[in-house]
Amino acid sequence: MSKSHLKVIAGGRVIDPMSGVDCRADVYIEDSKIAKIETGSLFSKKDMKSYESGECFWAEGFIVTPGLIDLHVHLREPGRESVETVASGALAAAAGGFTAVCCMPNTTPPIDNQETVRFVLDRAADASVKVYPIGAITKGRSGQQLAEIGDLVAAGAVAISDDGSPVESAAVMRRALAYAKMFDIPVVSHAEDMSLSAGTHMNEGYVSTTLGIKGNPPISEEICIARDILLADYTASRLHVAHVSTKGAVELIRYAKRNGVNVTAEATPHHFTLTDDLIAERFDTNLKMNPPLRTKKDVESVIAGLQDGTLDCIACDHAPHSTEDKDVEFDLAPNGIIGLETSLGLAITHLVKPGLLSWSDLVERMSTNPARIMGLDGGRLKKGSPADITVIDPEAVWKVNVDKFRSKSRNSPYNGKRLTGRAIMTVVNGRVVYQAV
Amino acid sequence: MAFGLKHLLGLEGVSREDIDTILNAADSFREVLDRPIKKVPTLRGVTVVNLFYEASTRTRISFELAAKRLSADLLNFTTSGSSVSKGETFKDTVRNIEAMKVDMIVMRHACSGAPKFLTEFSSSQVINAGDGSHEHPTQALLDMLSIRQHFGKLDGLRVVIVGDILHSRVARSNIWGLKTMGASVAICGPTTLLPVEVEKMGVDVYCDISRALDGADVVNVLRLQLERQQSGLLPSLREYTNLFGITSERKRLLNRNHIVMHPGPMNRGVEIASDVADGDDSVILDQVTNGVAVRMAVLYLIKGGGSKEDE
Repeated sequence: MSKSHLKVIAGGRVIDPMSGVDCRADVYIEDSKIAKIETGSLFSKKDMKSYESGECFWAEGFIVTPGLIDLHVHLREPGRESVETVASGALAAAAGGFTAVCCMPNTTPPIDNQETVRFVLDRAADASVKVYPIGAITKGRSGQQLAEIGDLVAAGAVAISDDGSPVESAAVMRRALAYAKMFDIPVVSHAEDMSLSAGTHMNEGYVSTTLGIKGNPPISEEICIARDILLADYTASRLHVAHVSTKGAVELIRYAKRNGVNVTAEATPHHFTLTDDLIAERFDTNLKMNPPLRTKKDVESVIAGLQDGTLDCIACDHAPHSTEDKDVEFDLAPNGIIGLETSLGLAITHLVKPGLLSWSDLVERMSTNPARIMGLDGGRLKKGSPADITVIDPEAVWKVNVDKFRSKSRNSPYNGKRLTGRAIMTVVNGRVVYQAV
Repeated sequence: MAFGLKHLLGLEGVSREDIDTILNAADSFREVLDRPIKKVPTLRGVTVVNLFYEASTRTRISFELAAKRLSADLLNFTTSGSSVSKGETFKDTVRNIEAMKVDMIVMRHACSGAPKFLTEFSSSQVINAGDGSHEHPTQALLDMLSIRQHFGKLDGLRVVIVGDILHSRVARSNIWGLKTMGASVAICGPTTLLPVEVEKMGVDVYCDISRALDGADVVNVLRLQLERQQSGLLPSLREYTNLFGITSERKRLLNRNHIVMHPGPMNRGVEIASDVADGDDSVILDQVTNGVAVRMAVLYLIKGGGSKEDE
């Protein structure tokens, strides 16, 4: 990592969907902001001599994008610092090409009060990437009484969610949506009807039938999404649906958007790359998460949703767990996998390379839209905006090795997998926070 | 004929040849059980651990007798609670037992897939004695042995499994095994106790007991766990008995030459009427005897006795 400040990223293909740029261009940085995007008189490699080492990055063959943003991660601090901290999660994010993340409030104690928002922001102050806390919807995330949402927003929360659990009562969710409208923040729904899914460990379908594992039916997710869409429509509030995993859920959101409901949604890399039948191989607990891995037709629908914009963004639901907690019988393992360091590679390998998503669409799903949904100052390469930039090597072939992860945890089902495409440099406020060697 | 299995985790994917080998060996061991001195030296010096993470009496005793009849040394490890409640992980428990130098682990566990998980880190040979609602291969093998003893074959027979298919590892293992051996399998039970997409396992699915039993050669009656009513899956045991209980009247729908089976323990008067359980066509106690013979065969073959390609 260089000490001197980066002044120009030259010679790369610059893609910024927000300003409609997709061409060879040079990005100039000044005072931690974008100074200009030069598409006219282009920098040549010889011009590098007039810069000190570290001031100029030659990006020929690479893709230069507004910094990627993951709006759904779990950083575990406060409470479970042994599996992740704000600092280690931010390092993982930087290595994965992200310049900002939004962290979920299911910590111990939960982020349901100003003090905890401030604590997380304090930890984030010297972290590698920008960290935006999401506050809880209800006190103690118990689904009963609204948290002091005005206080949370005043302290810096960018959204509210009880992620990890659904808000079971429609009445409480109605109030949350109505109340959040005063602060113009989205309510992030972890959609699940617990009366259908409590005590389940995988998707309900043919595979759960043969394995004899209690299954989580797709309708559990879909019923709750349908409810929340109706509530968002009724209250005219902003709903964001987390980790959409089923065909029916994609169809519900598509329908809602067509009918003018103010709803956005995300998909995780694991829900567009993996299916439930993999669990039968060896009951790998790194294939256990919530919502669970679904079937081929669901994966196809999630991809179609990302293609037509029904699903606005890719978010990895980074969920660190210790090896001890995961190295147990399938039924006893906690839900969740880490994803920050594989998200971009999986999206390029499984969506861009097969021609399912253009580069510009990918940048929109991983930067422009997350910034728009959460109202963040980012997601664009424009004069005056923060110099948050990701440089991607689209052809790099690399093998996932969890032992080299910056995250404190190792719970990834992709260990050993070969991926194409990765971030080679991550720049936050003009400072290089990650550079591949 | 070489025996192809290092472990016996389930019957899904086990070949017809391997099942035949087990059943043939079980027939031989069945003769041993009828001798005055019911013991052979086959597994002398081999240590078998019965690792039971879930309450069981008859399966544990059956494996214990099987191991002892083969002259193996047997250790019983039974824990009532889960590994978590004991504060030691499953993995640590197994490693501790293995450090005492054992050869084979017979395991029962409430979590599906636990025996497979065990093989991922253990050096022992593993026999699944029932994992969650997943598989119970030795029960299905003893069921198949009992059918074969009566009919002389499995191929072409029609077997009906009646009851709580959703939670039944016995049903799943029977379906895989019987299908592999060429039998046709039907399942019958209340719709709330049938798992989703079960027809894809290649079975005929019935909710009408009369249609299911019509012309069948074998009816295998599953135990109804009485807590299914409390958890709301059934309105009442009374209605279950009315709709699915096997009575002598319903039995008349079966083929003239037929047998009645039950893996035990029975709820007399709930899933099976007493006179049916005790009828001449009931092989329920033969199943229990066959259980010991089948488990002797499995222990023997897994240990390598049946292989001509010993490494």
